[in-house]
Amino acid sequence: MSRVESQLTQQPSETQPLLQVRNIKKYFPITGGVLRRAVGQVKAVDDISFTLKEGETLGLVGESGCGKSTLGRVIMRIYEPTEGTLVIGDHDISHVKGEQLRKLRHNFQMVFQDPYSSLNPRMSVGALVAEPLLVNRRGTRSQIQEEVVSLLATVGLGPEARMRYPHEFSGGQRQRIAIARALALRPKLIVADEAVSALDVSIQAQILNLLSDLRKEFGLSYVFISHNLAVVKHVSDRVAVMYLGRLVELAPKFSLYTNPLHPYTQALLSSAPEPKRHVTRERIVLIGDVPSPAKPPNGCAFHTRCLKVMDVCRSIRPELVEYASGQHVACHLYS
Amino acid sequence: MEPLLKVRNLKTYFISKNATVKAVDGVDFEVYPGKVLGIVGESGSGKSMTSLSVMRLVPGPQGKIVEGEILLEGKDLLYISEREMRDVRGNRIGMIFQEPMSALNPVLKVGEQIGEVLIRHRKLTKAQAKTQSISLLRSVGFPRAEQIVDEFPHQLSGGMRQRAMIAMAMACEPSLLIADEPTTALDVTIQAQVLDLMRALKDEKGTAILLITHDLGVVAEMADDVVVMYGGQVVESASADEIFDRPTHPYTQALMASIPSIEEEHERLLTIPGTVPSAAHFPQGCRFADRCTLVEDRCREHMPALREVYPGHSVRCTVVNG
Repeated sequence: MSRVESQLTQQPSETQPLLQVRNIKKYFPITGGVLRRAVGQVKAVDDISFTLKEGETLGLVGESGCGKSTLGRVIMRIYEPTEGTLVIGDHDISHVKGEQLRKLRHNFQMVFQDPYSSLNPRMSVGALVAEPLLVNRRGTRSQIQEEVVSLLATVGLGPEARMRYPHEFSGGQRQRIAIARALALRPKLIVADEAVSALDVSIQAQILNLLSDLRKEFGLSYVFISHNLAVVKHVSDRVAVMYLGRLVELAPKFSLYTNPLHPYTQALLSSAPEPKRHVTRERIVLIGDVPSPAKPPNGCAFHTRCLKVMDVCRSIRPELVEYASGQHVACHLYS
Repeated sequence: MEPLLKVRNLKTYFISKNATVKAVDGVDFEVYPGKVLGIVGESGSGKSMTSLSVMRLVPGPQGKIVEGEILLEGKDLLYISEREMRDVRGNRIGMIFQEPMSALNPVLKVGEQIGEVLIRHRKLTKAQAKTQSISLLRSVGFPRAEQIVDEFPHQLSGGMRQRAMIAMAMACEPSLLIADEPTTALDVTIQAQVLDLMRALKDEKGTAILLITHDLGVVAEMADDVVVMYGGQVVESASADEIFDRPTHPYTQALMASIPSIEEEHERLLTIPGTVPSAAHFPQGCRFADRCTLVEDRCREHMPALREVYPGHSVRCTVVNG
C-alpha cells in the first residue's frame, strides 16, 4: 500500500488531533489621521477552522496577501488571535501569555523562508543550535554539546559546523541549521513558512527529503505554507487553499489535485507551469488582481475574478462545507 | 533564418587583486526573430551576468567583458561607443527585470517613465508621448490606462508593475526583449497573465525574446530553444522539445528529476549532492564533476568541450552518449 493510500484509509478516531484551529480570526487595525485612530481593519485571517492529526502534514497554499503566513504566525502564537480557539494537544493556547506560553512553546516551532535573516549572524552555529536547549535548561553543558552534535548530524551537517558562522554556509545549509534549531526541543508540530522557496531546485529537493525523513523519525506534524503547488503536493497529506483570509477548499491531497472543486483552486492548478512539453492542459487565466484585503468584496471574495460567477455570489458568502468525502469547499456551485 | 542576436565565446570576469571570478566563461548562443531562447540555471550559474553583458551593463569597475562577440543583426555591440550603445538600449533591445519595484523610478509617474523612452529615442513631444503611453498600457491589459499613466509605481500591484515595465520595454518596439526572471516575484495567476502577454508579443510583433529563468516550468511553457548553464558555461543546448524529451547532460537530468511535479507522484525527490562551485575557484576539469553520479577520472583532468550528440543538440560532457 502506498503512503497516500495508507493515509487515506487511516481511521480518524485512531489518532488524536494534535492541533485544533477553531474559527480563528486575526484582524489588524488600519490607523489613520494624526491621532492614529483605527479607521478600518484588515481581516488577514477570517474565520478559519481545521484540525491536524499527529504525524499529518497540512499544506497551506495561496497567493501573496491571502493570509497564509498570518495564519501560520497565529498557530505559532507569534500573533494572538482576535477571535477563536487554538488547541495544541490538551492545551488551549489561544490567549496564554508570557512564561506560560514560553513553557508550551517547545511543542511547536517554526522554520522561516529566509535562512539569511532568521539566524543571528554573530552567533556560531553551535551556539545557535544550543540556544533553545540552554534557555529551557535541558541538561548540563556537556549533555547539550552532545545533543547539538547529534542534531547537526540529523540534518546532515558535521560536528565541525559548530565553530563556524552562518555566513560561511550556503542557503540550503543555513536552512538545515534553522531546522536543527527548530528540532532542538523535540517539537510535535513544525510550521514551515515558505521554507524552501528561496532555495535553488537542486537544494530544495534536499531540504524536502530531509523534512520527510524527520517526519518519520520524530513523528512530526507539519503545517507547510507555500505558494508552490507542486511542492505542497509533494509534502502534504491534505491541502488547504486560502483566498483573502478564508479557506476556499480543504481536501485530501489526491482529491484536491485530481478533482479540484473551487474555481479558484482550478485556476491555480491550471496556471502552474509544469516542466514538461506537449502538455495540453486547459489554461484558466484569471483576469485582474487579488482585491485589497482591507476592502474585500461582498459575498464570495473571489467573485470579482471568478469565471463561473452567479448572482448569489455577489451578495451571500458561501460557507465551507463537506461536498465529498473529506473534501470541503466554500462555493455556491456546490450548495 | 538569420539569428537576430548571436553571442560567441562571451567571457565576463570580475577581476580583483585576490581573485578572478569567471562569472561567464565562454558562452555561445543565438536568438531568432519571433522565437524565445530560454537560459536556465541556478543561482551562480552566470545566467543573469550573461544578460547584463548583452546590454553592456556589467557592474564595473571589476566586472569586464574580457572576450567574445555580441552580434546584434551582425553588428558587434562590443565595438560601438557608449553613446551608440545608449541608442541600442531601450530602443532596439528592451529589458524587463525580476523586481519591477527596483527597476521603476518611484518618484516618476508611470506615464512619465514610459514616455521618457519615447521622447529619448523617438523624439516625441511630451503630449504625444503621453498619448502613446496610454495606448501601450492598454495593450498590456490595463483597463483604466488613462488613470494609470498619472499614478506612481507604489500605487500599482506587483503584476501591474511588471506589466507597466513590459509596456516600457516595448515602447520603441525593440527587436529583442531580454526578460530576466520576469515572473519570479509574481503569483501564479499573475504569472500566467504576464507569460500570455509575452507570447502575444513574439507572435504579433515578431519580437525575439531572451528569457532568463531558474524555473523549468516557465521554460517548458515559453521557450523554443534552451540553453542550460552551469558554472558560467553552457552545459547543454538544444530545442526545447529535445531538452525536455531527452535531457542528456547529467546536470540537466538531475535538475529535472529534482523538481516536484503536480502531475506525477514521487516518494522521494532526486537530489544533487553538494552545491555549485564558487566562481573564484573552479576546478580544472568539468565543473559539475564533484556533484555528478557518472564522474570518471578523465572528467577531472580535462574540461569537456560542447559536442553535438543529436542534430542541433549539444552537451558539455565526455561521459554521456547520444
